[in-house]
Amino acid sequence: METLVYKRPESLLKDGHFTFCPGCGHGVILRIIAELIDEFNLQKDTIAISSVGCSIFLEKFFNLDVAGASHGRSPCVATGIKRCKPDKFVFTYQGDGDAATIGFNETIHTACRGEHITTIMINNTNFGMTGGQASATTLVGQVTTTTPMGRKPELTGYPLHAAEIVSKCDGTAFAARVAITDTKHIRQAKEAIKKAFEMQIKGLGYSFVEVLAACPTNWHMTPVESVEHISNVIETVHTLGVFKDITAKENL
Amino acid sequence: MAKVLVKGNEAIAQAAINAGCQCYFGYPITPQSEIGEYMGKHLPKLGRTFITAESELASINMVIGAGTTGTKAMTSSSSCGIALMQEAFSAMCCAEVPGVIVSVMRGGPGLGNIAPAQADYFQALKGGGNGDYKLIVLSPSTVQEAIDLTYKAFHLALTYRNPVMLLADGILGQMMEPAEFGEYPYKDPDVSEWALSGANNRPARNIVSLHMPEGAMEELTNRIFEKYALVAKNETMYEDYMLKDAKLVLTAFGSVGRVAKAAVNRARKMGMKVGLFRPITLFPFPDKALHQVAQNADMILDLELNKGQMLLDVRSAVFGACPVEFYGRTAGGLLTPDMIMAKIEELYKKLDNTEESKAGVR
Repeated sequence: METLVYKRPESLLKDGHFTFCPGCGHGVILRIIAELIDEFNLQKDTIAISSVGCSIFLEKFFNLDVAGASHGRSPCVATGIKRCKPDKFVFTYQGDGDAATIGFNETIHTACRGEHITTIMINNTNFGMTGGQASATTLVGQVTTTTPMGRKPELTGYPLHAAEIVSKCDGTAFAARVAITDTKHIRQAKEAIKKAFEMQIKGLGYSFVEVLAACPTNWHMTPVESVEHISNVIETVHTLGVFKDITAKENL
Repeated sequence: MAKVLVKGNEAIAQAAINAGCQCYFGYPITPQSEIGEYMGKHLPKLGRTFITAESELASINMVIGAGTTGTKAMTSSSSCGIALMQEAFSAMCCAEVPGVIVSVMRGGPGLGNIAPAQADYFQALKGGGNGDYKLIVLSPSTVQEAIDLTYKAFHLALTYRNPVMLLADGILGQMMEPAEFGEYPYKDPDVSEWALSGANNRPARNIVSLHMPEGAMEELTNRIFEKYALVAKNETMYEDYMLKDAKLVLTAFGSVGRVAKAAVNRARKMGMKVGLFRPITLFPFPDKALHQVAQNADMILDLELNKGQMLLDVRSAVFGACPVEFYGRTAGGLLTPDMIMAKIEELYKKLDNTEESKAGVR
């Protein structure tokens, strides 16, 4: 008897190939999103909003309608779409440079308005596509091309904790930070993104999942070292957890 | 429908509602805040969307979201607020996203002041955003025309899948005069061929403004510029007034157009052959028509509430067919019929007033 153990999600293009660097986290997260959209049977009702950075080429991977947004503006584009098409499933896919740096004002206000959209924010603590410059989430001491001596708080301050701040907004229904460092964490990440999607489907408010992801190329580490770096270093600064879940009481 | 006494800003807002505008996204700024207030009062009652966004940048990007679904949406702002939207205008033109922007100009540069001005002609017509792109820009000179052009703005935005700007100024925004709304006169095109709605029984589609493959961006831009040529062919509008035998032709847009018209009437009473050419579409600029006019005129006097911005398009259209003079004030300084008359009298004396002049031999 044959058992199907692997199936390409319908929400990924049949001839689409991820173009990310070896060891990059984006592919895993895009795959999780595609699986969940299939599981919720939302493929025909989804509009995804791409952003600027390595998160930009959604239309090359997803078998979904895609709207492109300028740097940091995808929550606004998503707001416009969702207000016009409230029956559609609308999510933004952004990096930390996009959602937490240039577009954090938009992120916060979208959360405060309680827009019925979902943001998946990939946090690799640097501007990946432009070659590894420091972003708002860069760790203290982290060497980047714009902090060659390491991020110094006296010069450039401290890392921004996006999921925690978003969780404080009254319009936020769900805010979490997850990692994809191993199978267990990938499963937990999928659970969190599933929860976030459910918030939108149920019309409960804004949902936000920050995913810590490796950027081996710009971190100048091997993929394995990068994953260990997330577990051993980044998670001590950007701690994993569910910071808000307005349905939590129901589940107890 | 009878005429009503209505303020320019509110007339624009009501016209947008009549045109079927489903969403308004905006951020307050004088002298156009009444547009947002009017929308905030009326759109929710109609079950439509009103959001005071966190910034002008957010407003216009919300318009983009609505536009990608083929929904009629609008934002409005003034001068320094419009400056913040320029990135999005460029993106909209590239991704062919429709949307309506109302720009009610105030004094500048910088925060400037809240007095009427026309110094954002370049901002509207000559970019600010990156790359090769053009907004369709409509310039009303009366409250009635503001209503009619608001209707047209929504229709053109959907027809050509391009942002359309209604370029008004603080005079028009704040003045009240009688006007008639009438019905929205256009039949809009079907958007289902391109709008985002989820990949239901059709392949997935996208509306984006990044095109990396070699040659792709040039090919796209060439196609979009063919579209602009079509817009110029089909949509160019201007008003000509007393031009048939005019030796001195005034050019003016927006509010200044009506002041100039009053001056033309006075000059005619004094026996001077003066006429007015008023572009209504600033892009497409009525350059061919103006060139014709210039060929038959002895001089053009361009009047603007700025330091000479449309002047560049006037000179380009005239292309040496006759001399072009400029007279303007800026940053809240206004042109009155008296001032324009003084300038007309000064220039008219310099013209060749013999029968052999261009106008004379016609």
